[in-house]
Amino acid sequence: MIRLRNIRFSYNSRFVLNGLDLDVDRGDRIGLVGPNGSGKTTLCHIIMGLLAPVAGSVEIFGKKRVTEADFKEIRGKLGFLFQDADDQLFCPTVLEDVAFGPLNMGKPPEEAKRIVSSTLDSLKLTGFEDRITYQLSGGEKRLVSLATVLAMEPEVLILDEPTSGLDEQTTERLIEILKQSDLTYILISHDREFVQQTTNRIMRIKDGILVEDDTERTGPTAGIGNFTH
Amino acid sequence: MDIEEFALGSSFVHALDPRVKIIAALLFSLVVALNSHITTASIALVFPVVLILAAGISIKRVFFRLAVVNTFVLFLWAFLPFTYPGEVVFTLGPFAVHKQGLEYALLITLKSNTIVLTAIALLGTSKVFSLVHALSHMWVPDKLVHLFFFCFRYIHVIHEEYHRLVTAMKIRSFKPGTNMHTYKTYAYLVGMLLVRSFDRSGRIFAAMKCRGFRGKFYILHHYEMKRSDYLLAVSSAVLSAMLLVVR
Repeated sequence: MIRLRNIRFSYNSRFVLNGLDLDVDRGDRIGLVGPNGSGKTTLCHIIMGLLAPVAGSVEIFGKKRVTEADFKEIRGKLGFLFQDADDQLFCPTVLEDVAFGPLNMGKPPEEAKRIVSSTLDSLKLTGFEDRITYQLSGGEKRLVSLATVLAMEPEVLILDEPTSGLDEQTTERLIEILKQSDLTYILISHDREFVQQTTNRIMRIKDGILVEDDTERTGPTAGIGNFTH
Repeated sequence: MDIEEFALGSSFVHALDPRVKIIAALLFSLVVALNSHITTASIALVFPVVLILAAGISIKRVFFRLAVVNTFVLFLWAFLPFTYPGEVVFTLGPFAVHKQGLEYALLITLKSNTIVLTAIALLGTSKVFSLVHALSHMWVPDKLVHLFFFCFRYIHVIHEEYHRLVTAMKIRSFKPGTNMHTYKTYAYLVGMLLVRSFDRSGRIFAAMKCRGFRGKFYILHHYEMKRSDYLLAVSSAVLSAMLLVVR
């Protein structure tokens, strides 16, 4: 579904991504780990078309994506959850925020409202429609942000540190939600336990390229292409 | 900081159509501002007072807001009666108090309070976002409406950011004084807020793009005029017309 080849990206002449390759196939659940500043978020922004790589090719859903118009086509199918929920939630009420994506996709208002309530139900946020977004708690904000992304019915989900600032209970809920979904996703996290519970492949960025992270794997099933969940 | 402190409530004033409220408030304020007679200005004051009483909002908080406005009005009282030429009513030592000056100050006080009360009664009793929605239904240019909308949404976030920065300054025992260090620190504070807001706006725009934003906001709520809306529309129009004639 996503194929990156030889991606290079630099900040102030320092290459954070230097010849990076990545293949994401249907059903993959990839955890991206690694120190701060190693380029994890940059990589996700490149996949979403928010940043343009200096060199290399981005192929998503079987087509090369270069221009803004290329990415516009696919943004509904790639859901991106931002690090800070305040960046994601900008509408006054939960209803309007969750409906924002579906409406942009050209769904009529009545259908958008139906999508909102079923998405909220699936995240156990039933009845949140009229809540004011900036008055939600941190955990609620994160889950509502997730709802805004899921409401677009994406095929691939990209989550940038979904557990940062969440309490244990909400983290547990998030783990359950991800485990139960049949989505393909890439998630960035520093929370080892969370990554191990929710992904079937863990990678880290080392010297600008992706390497399989095997430090955490124990037992005979460890190894590339041989993951059980 | 609570901009919407009067917006919670279930009175008929709260339930009025925000479009009618905006137009009624504009029209009425305009007529009040044009008026130049103390009697009509006093009569006009009755309209917002009745609405505020009907809305059942905290009178104490209303006075608190009026106090802010009247601080400015106080300056007029300090200067106008002494400087405006006219009949001398009495003298205070070397200063003469003029009748026209007193009347003028009173007129301004009445008018400004009436307009602020009207804004509280009509605009304050609607949520900011219903006003934003109403504006976008009223052929106000999209860009202006969006500007208003984002300002309000992110005032809270920037306010929180400001508090975080101030706390960060305090825990390192910053004490403001009249010196270069204080000025420099405050300049950094403002600069930091500016940079952070700028960064945030970039991230918000990216988040919106990721959700398929193409420069258009869709509106989910549509308004329908009720009987009470027509009542407000007609009564404010008649009242405004009367004030215009009487003056």
